[in-house]
Amino acid sequence: MSSFDLRHVARLARLHFTDAELKPFESQLSKILGFVEELKEVNVDGVEPTSHPLAVANVFRADEPVQSLDVEPFLARAPKARGRFFEVPKIIEDRS
Amino acid sequence: MSLIPTIGLEVHCQLNTRTKIFCGCKLIFGGQPNSAVCPVCLGLPGALPVLNREAYRLGVRAVLALNGQPAERMKFDRKNYYYPDLPKGYQISQYDEPLGRGGWIEIDTPSGIKRVRLHRAHLEEDAGKLIHDQSPEYSHVDLNRAGTPLIEIVSEPDLDSSTEVYEYLTQLKAILKSARVSDCDMEKGHLRCDANVSVRRSASDPLGTKVEIKNLNSFKAVKAAVEHEIERQTAALAAGEVIRQETRLWDDNAGRTVAMRSKEEAHDYRYFPDPDLVPFHVDAVIVEAERQAMPEMPRQRRRRYVESLKLSDYDAGLLSQEREVSAFFEDTAARLGDIKAAANWMIGPVFAYLSAKGVTLDQTRLSPDLLSALARLALDNKMSFQAAKDKVFPEMAESGTAPEELMRRMGLEQVSDEGALDVWADEVIRENAKVVEEVRSGKDTAVMFLVGQVMKKSKGKANPGKVQTLLRSKLSS
Repeated sequence: MSSFDLRHVARLARLHFTDAELKPFESQLSKILGFVEELKEVNVDGVEPTSHPLAVANVFRADEPVQSLDVEPFLARAPKARGRFFEVPKIIEDRS
Repeated sequence: MSLIPTIGLEVHCQLNTRTKIFCGCKLIFGGQPNSAVCPVCLGLPGALPVLNREAYRLGVRAVLALNGQPAERMKFDRKNYYYPDLPKGYQISQYDEPLGRGGWIEIDTPSGIKRVRLHRAHLEEDAGKLIHDQSPEYSHVDLNRAGTPLIEIVSEPDLDSSTEVYEYLTQLKAILKSARVSDCDMEKGHLRCDANVSVRRSASDPLGTKVEIKNLNSFKAVKAAVEHEIERQTAALAAGEVIRQETRLWDDNAGRTVAMRSKEEAHDYRYFPDPDLVPFHVDAVIVEAERQAMPEMPRQRRRRYVESLKLSDYDAGLLSQEREVSAFFEDTAARLGDIKAAANWMIGPVFAYLSAKGVTLDQTRLSPDLLSALARLALDNKMSFQAAKDKVFPEMAESGTAPEELMRRMGLEQVSDEGALDVWADEVIRENAKVVEEVRSGKDTAVMFLVGQVMKKSKGKANPGKVQTLLRSKLSS
């Protein structure tokens, strides 16, 4: 994995690294991708692709209201709150 | 330069469930901020989503109502992006195995009925709400809306003009409302829309570069934004510029679209299957039950009004669009025993009243019982149609008072009594010797002047038909 890709992935995840911190990831992530490459060698002819490891499907809940929780304890644990709102740095409409 | 526009729409529609799509918090509108929240819709670690069966059922129903095919198998994926109204850092949506595919919507165009093909429909959760006007430094987050069930309906790029776009949205809304999938309340943001717009020089050229327009909150805004964007792209091409693939925001106040800052990672959503939700296989029982229970769609109803009720296509179109209006009309017609009269009362006085007041039928005191009673009084010449329409109807719509009582209270009973009419007719003949002479010498239209004089004497209560017959018989003898 190139360092450019790494920086891109880090930015998408909102992770901030110095170049020195980023360096070791290069080889480590390349190794992981290598493991996945190895998996490609397994013969999967006739095996149904799946998106989930559990052999379970169609799990529903009924459309019945349950008691919502008091938001106070969650507001108290948020980085910032005001009144009944979570508070975040001003979001400016994303336009140039 | 005249170019050919091509437009496709993505419409998000709120499903009419009681609770959120993946948790049991109630759907509320305008309640206390953050009062309908729980660990699932707050995005707390470890909280697990479970699909609301009703959201799935309504989704299937929507796909069927839109002539689409519910998928044999569907799954949910995570669409990853950071925004403060999205507490998990991803939206649960559907990527490559959506709820349904295909289908179409019929729209009216000047050159006839056109079928707009649908690409797909998928389920997803709504984000929370950001409030920007409380402070200059901070935005405030209310997560009551987070987790609201939405169906996103994606059309093929089959629309050619802003007029077609408007018509498509109107038909889509009518279908979703009729199928009882959604209340489609625009004020509450139940329907939201993104438009993809491109232009090309000739129909044989490949499609031009498409520009996505977001932030369209009303049908009018969609129409205006599409018109503006077609003009902008046309002008850009004429000036020799290249259209960039980008996302633009509609500024309703300024009446123009503005480019969003283009970030290379803006569309890098890194979709992957949500491991918290298992896959879903089509439930043939649900699909069949929905197929059976499907209410009549507006287009079918319109056809029925034309074919069985013998209404004009135009009248049928007006009366078939909304389920509530159709039901009211049909009930009124049945009580009255006169389809044409019921249709005229609906399209005339009732629609005028609703649009003047800006209300829907259920917000008035009107009922099929009252309307048919009023129409009956006019049909039976108990009072004139004019008086019924102009005087009794508005009062009846306001107060819900029986029309007969209003007619009596307002003194509008039509006089058909021969004795009274006879006296008035004789008076008028005496007082208008000159006109009488004209009628007698063959100027037939002059008789209407005399009818008018009798009506005046009766203070509008005489039955004009009877007056005319009476005058003619007196003058011809």
